[in-house]
Amino acid sequence: MTALTLTARPEDDARLRPMPWRRMAWVTWRQHRIALAGMVVVLGGLAVYLWRTGLGIRQAWAADVACRPANSAACGQIGLFLTRYVPTEVTAGILLTLAPALLGAFVGAPVLARELETGTFRYAWTQGFGRWRWALGKLVPLAIAVAAATGALSVLSWWFFQPFFADNFGTPLAPALFDLRGVVYAAWTLAAFAIGALAGMVIRRVVPAMAATLAAYFGLALLPGLWLRQHYLPPILTTSNTVPNFAWTISQWYTKGGKFAFAGVQKSGTNAGIEQYWCPNAPPSETLGQCLSQHGYTQWTAYQPVTRFWPFQWIEASWLVALSVLLVAATIWLVRRRAA
Amino acid sequence: MNIIETSVLGKRYGTTWALRECTLTIPARHVAALVGPNGAGKTTLLNLAVGLAEPSAGSVTVLGGHPAGSPAALDGIAFVAQDTPLYKNLSVAEMLHLTRNLNRLFDRDYAKARLAELGIPLKRQAGRLSGGQQAQLALTLALARRPRLLVLDEPVAMLDPIARHDFMATVLTAAADDGVSVVLSSHALAELERVADYLILMSRGRVQVVGEVDDLLASHRVLTGPAAEAGNYTERPVVHVRRAEAQAHLMVRATADDPVPPGWESHPVGLEELALAYLRESGAAALPGPSRARHARPSEVTR
Repeated sequence: MTALTLTARPEDDARLRPMPWRRMAWVTWRQHRIALAGMVVVLGGLAVYLWRTGLGIRQAWAADVACRPANSAACGQIGLFLTRYVPTEVTAGILLTLAPALLGAFVGAPVLARELETGTFRYAWTQGFGRWRWALGKLVPLAIAVAAATGALSVLSWWFFQPFFADNFGTPLAPALFDLRGVVYAAWTLAAFAIGALAGMVIRRVVPAMAATLAAYFGLALLPGLWLRQHYLPPILTTSNTVPNFAWTISQWYTKGGKFAFAGVQKSGTNAGIEQYWCPNAPPSETLGQCLSQHGYTQWTAYQPVTRFWPFQWIEASWLVALSVLLVAATIWLVRRRAA
Repeated sequence: MNIIETSVLGKRYGTTWALRECTLTIPARHVAALVGPNGAGKTTLLNLAVGLAEPSAGSVTVLGGHPAGSPAALDGIAFVAQDTPLYKNLSVAEMLHLTRNLNRLFDRDYAKARLAELGIPLKRQAGRLSGGQQAQLALTLALARRPRLLVLDEPVAMLDPIARHDFMATVLTAAADDGVSVVLSSHALAELERVADYLILMSRGRVQVVGEVDDLLASHRVLTGPAAEAGNYTERPVVHVRRAEAQAHLMVRATADDPVPPGWESHPVGLEELALAYLRESGAAALPGPSRARHARPSEVTR
């Protein structure tokens, strides 16, 4: 060995200033650029799919709107575009639903799990940058990246689904579609990423952490549609036989003389017998309520009006962001605390 | 200044104490060897010192009083973990850049010159280097941080003899020329004779022997004499008795000036011999300070 010597170590400051955050930027980029590139490819492919099929749907819709006379048989044929494109809509919905989960599993979960699985955390956590700052310097930029990418995609998804809603497809508040559009789409992705990061830190192995992320994410994603979202704001009650257009009907029931009689057919479907009894030649459902009211029943409907779409979007996005912040904070706390 | 100082330090994993009641000081500007069998607690002690693990009991400070894992400690200590973990998919040049970005100080010229000298190509992926080259790369990254303390956990365990020699030569150069304090763990006793000037001997989670190698060698002798009389020697504490046919070899805590019983011969001890004797007698201890010196009655080992 030759006499290769180190230059003298400069005098240590009395107080060490923390190292600047920008030093972590290259580290995070270099170590996660493949995951980010994968994300761009997958979301890019999805965007191309939405764009190409979306253009076709828009054309069909425009032809439908422009068709005169509107009630002619020919226009009726064109008007069936909805039925024609429902399979496309379902496919797009499934792909859009999967994307946040996959980002959580493939971008979020490996961040810490790979370090712990391969032992490189013993390198990373003993460098001068400091381990919790290192973890924060990785998680925050990556979280912003996945949220920004899916935020951009949600603009396209808004554009893609617009003709369906314009064509009386259903309420925008419907569980299957509500979280694929607007601000909540990015918020769900953020939550998936945070779940992945925490799962990686807790499980310490990449593949099990990815599996746990998918399971936890889908478990969480089912909650709002099934139980939570309808309670974001108190539902509106009406005794009218019709609810406003695009409203999300939560439940329906009948009372007689101020007392509960039976639940609406929409919810349980078990009381057809009662309706059959009172209205034996039961006409289409919009007049069923009228028929029953002639027998002294009052129809009650609880619904969320479509005007609450954006309030609900912000409510859901807020709690998801808060949850994500909590999960990331827990992850960093564990990084700080974890015994090697 | 003490480069590492622990006080009744303990670390428990579940219900098992990997390290307990560890009180020791390692002075600066030494090459300190941490010796002991597998499971003795060496890695645990090093992990506590570099801040990777949190103590379950007691405390550990480094670099003259900084808590382990504090910013000042991280800044001044370079750690090369067992099996030298590197990012296998990064190139050597990228590992340099990574380490540079993660540390306040990084002597890139030194690192490049050393890698050139070792014939390690900058463009090669770290995962495709040989085991010896990976160890040298990890050591180069550590030294280029200009640490005050270099901590090495079983650095040469996986290396062939030539790579071992080159690795230790680099460590010794850094220690001698640049005043870097070194703490390394090893169970390769033969290596240490050449390298270490401070010894910490551990077994079963406890520290058995701590001290300057020169002091330890000067305060131990091997007495050789008739096996039948081995039990009669009581002048000085006996660490270990080894019987070979008619003769017995007593490792005793004595200096060259201590009297030798008639019919017995006194020899100096080597570091490996001394370490082995203590490792075979897990009850024996040679710790600084009279209050902590414990002398269990040695068992007799017959060869």
